[in-house]
Amino acid sequence: MTFTAYDAPWWPFLFILLAGWLPTDIWRFLGVYFAGHVREDSAFLVLARTLATALVAAVIAKLVLYPEGALAGSPLALRLSAMALGFLVYVTMGRKVYRGVIAGEVLLVGYLWLSQHVPH
Amino acid sequence: MTEDMYDGAEAWRWFWRGVAQVATIPSVILMFAFVGFAGLCRDAGFTLAETVFMAGTIWALPANVVLVGAVLSKASIFTAALSVALSSIRLLPMAVAILPEMRTPKTRKVTLYLLSHFVAITAWVMALERFRVIPKPYRTAFFGGMGGIFLLANLLLVAVTFEIADRLPPLFAAALIFITPLYFLFSLWGSARERESHLAMVIGLLLTPLFHWLAPEMDILLTGLVGGTVAFAAGRLARRRGQ
Repeated sequence: MTFTAYDAPWWPFLFILLAGWLPTDIWRFLGVYFAGHVREDSAFLVLARTLATALVAAVIAKLVLYPEGALAGSPLALRLSAMALGFLVYVTMGRKVYRGVIAGEVLLVGYLWLSQHVPH
Repeated sequence: MTEDMYDGAEAWRWFWRGVAQVATIPSVILMFAFVGFAGLCRDAGFTLAETVFMAGTIWALPANVVLVGAVLSKASIFTAALSVALSSIRLLPMAVAILPEMRTPKTRKVTLYLLSHFVAITAWVMALERFRVIPKPYRTAFFGGMGGIFLLANLLLVAVTFEIADRLPPLFAAALIFITPLYFLFSLWGSARERESHLAMVIGLLLTPLFHWLAPEMDILLTGLVGGTVAFAAGRLARRRGQ
């Protein structure tokens, strides 16, 4: 039962509902259910936050370490340096997210542009 | 406090303030990510209708990308569902973390279940940041306005850019893709409520290459479970020692 298993026009949409929507929203709904059964000052909520934070951190790290598409050909050291520079600017210059984003982007795009336009 | 003084007109004002969040940097970054996703789906052979349907019903970019990958590898519906379920588990602790922030004794259950569909990284991080200055009875209105406009705006954007999304200049595309990790890193750091969350972030970033090497299919899940638990335990220990 693959995505292209049936010719019916409704099959791709049913496939998306069963293999995409259901296994995603089920976690959100379970989250609402659990949240209704814990006390607001409970240690369980701190654990929920550390788990969620570590999961999102893994998503971030994967985007930087194992990028796909247009970033795949860029040097790893460049991507790590751009993240580090951005974080330094974010932490030291008033904790403004956009300043960190601009700093990281300037390093990344600047290096990629130069490496295309300056002969080695 | 103000929890008994719910004012309908005030709720609508907060709803529209939520809607106005569409014109913020994080929201624009999310839109760029969805333009990239539209190009990915077009390359993979999905129709415009399937792409918009997928984006709206799943409403979590990592799970979307996983589903596209599963379809491309001709996975069965069961394998595809399992992969998506693994990539979406993080939504459970995310929902648990944010729900108590916007729930009052008077909030209806169905409201919370409907709003939970908007729980995704961008809206979650923004809500944790913005909720501090929003009176608790109006946080559901704000979150509904913000989540609703994010969903609508991005579905529209996917539909409009579907044909052109994969024809961006490579340098521009690279810059777009790189905004996402930069933005997530700083806003997640800024929205952390306690030392444990900062620790969870650092451990999570460091553990990812290890688990990617050990089990590439489950790297996010394992990193989250181990990193989150270690950070929580370390925080408990530090508190017990009275620091």
